[in-house]
Amino acid sequence: MSDLRSLYEEVILDHNRNPRNYLHKPEGANHHAYGFNPLCGDEFTIHLTLKDGVITDVGFEGAGCAISTASASLMTEAIKGMSVAEADALFRSVHNLLTHEGEAGDIGKLQVLSGVHEYPARVKCATLAWHTLNAALHNDKETVTTE
Amino acid sequence: MSAVSPMAAMPLDIDRVRGDFPALHQQVHGNPLAYLDNAATTQKPRRVIEAISHYYEHDNANVHRGVHALSIRATAAFESARERVRAHLNASSEREIVFVRGATEAINLVAQSYGRACIGADDEILITEMEHHSNIVPWQMLCEQTGAQLRVVPINDAGELVPGAFEDLLGERTRLVAISHCSNALGTINPVREMITRAHAAGAKVLLDGAQAAAHLAVDVQALDCDFYALSGHKLYGPTGIGVLWARGELLDAMPPWQGGGEMIRQVSFEKSVYAPPPARFEAGTPNIAGAIGLAAALDYLDALGLANIAAHEQGLLAYATDRAAATPGMRIIGTAAHKASILSFELEGIHPHDLGTIFDSEGVAIRAGHHCAMPVMKHFCVPATARASFGLYNTRDDVDALFRAVDRARDLFA
Repeated sequence: MSDLRSLYEEVILDHNRNPRNYLHKPEGANHHAYGFNPLCGDEFTIHLTLKDGVITDVGFEGAGCAISTASASLMTEAIKGMSVAEADALFRSVHNLLTHEGEAGDIGKLQVLSGVHEYPARVKCATLAWHTLNAALHNDKETVTTE
Repeated sequence: MSAVSPMAAMPLDIDRVRGDFPALHQQVHGNPLAYLDNAATTQKPRRVIEAISHYYEHDNANVHRGVHALSIRATAAFESARERVRAHLNASSEREIVFVRGATEAINLVAQSYGRACIGADDEILITEMEHHSNIVPWQMLCEQTGAQLRVVPINDAGELVPGAFEDLLGERTRLVAISHCSNALGTINPVREMITRAHAAGAKVLLDGAQAAAHLAVDVQALDCDFYALSGHKLYGPTGIGVLWARGELLDAMPPWQGGGEMIRQVSFEKSVYAPPPARFEAGTPNIAGAIGLAAALDYLDALGLANIAAHEQGLLAYATDRAAATPGMRIIGTAAHKASILSFELEGIHPHDLGTIFDSEGVAIRAGHHCAMPVMKHFCVPATARASFGLYNTRDDVDALFRAVDRARDLFA
């Protein structure tokens, strides 16, 4: 029981049930990217409004499992108001949190994703939205995948 | 072929059967393993593992070329495996048994050899909406190469072929009908015997993808009257990397080779090479000798238990699981054909199949979550994926109960 709860934290279940900024089309959205994991079927499109190097609004659409949906939802909450440089730094921190490839540092609420590391088959679910964000920020037109 | 009267079947001695499979006896995350991913691959009985070990410990040598004792023994074992497969499928000659890597390679062989030689522009290849990708993509590749057209028989919401649609699509341009004997994603067993009769009347050849069916049904290629039958050893309690293409002798005789190399030739010079007769013509390179020997051991095992008895046992589990699913709020079975093998594809309201897969694993229950290499089936049912429990000859009601305990666990967690 304790094991599974470390993956399916209450915050994750809540963000899966009620994803934030979901189906929200930001006004003046000027950056978009599409992420798709073909083996899973998880897919998300992320829309950003970037003004003077700051993410003023963000929304996402698509469908996936609880881990990928909650990760996308938590991400949109976290990055709103951040500069591109701050969002890039957060992307690296979350990547480190999930893969243990480096220090994650203090990432606040996103710490709830730490349990995913113990489930290697699910890391790709949690990272999908973040890699899609990275593509949106840097105008990568290719479909993003984490498989 | 699957209509097995429970009266006629002998119950399996399930404790003894389970004792034959070493991998079943383990704990997963502190729970006894309930292995319900048999449609992906089956566990192997000890006699298969021992047959492979015995070959490598005593007889390992290349086949068909050495004059030394080990090569003679390896060749005899390999060729007797071919005879074993022939007997299992009731093929008329062991020359009709081509060893390949699996059903996927068997289908690709037919597409690239028979297909490229005998199917041209304006010809049609007829498949169904329930096919595994391995019975879709090789034909799409052939269509790109030849200009032939791919036509698709639709399915209904029970996961059965739409009545009459096959007959409507079957026409004078249809050269080949390629259909799954049993759907891996839905469990549907297709009425292949009638379809073969109609296809032959229309002048078309028929390939059956038996990757799923062969573990659940006795397959008699002469009674079926099909032209090609593809199967994979690892779904039949045999090893991975070995499979079989059965084809009618006269078709194989006329088919060009699809891979060149050693073993498949009679004579080679720089001016011209003369190809060997079947089945060697289609077995370029050193074959999977241990795999063929392991497959023969698996067929010995299956035939000793009796496929009719296995089917009756599995149908009992399927009926029990289907009843329990019907009594589970929010559970929807995907694939409710009247004629089904022991495959239960489902979704649970509000919980993605991948989350189910992880939660079930924490309970020791191994299932498959995903599109099952049948994306068109997922599209038909408007789901990104399903969870799939598939029952094999060693599963028990305890395994089904473990599955539904895991379902309850998932519902509690996501409540």
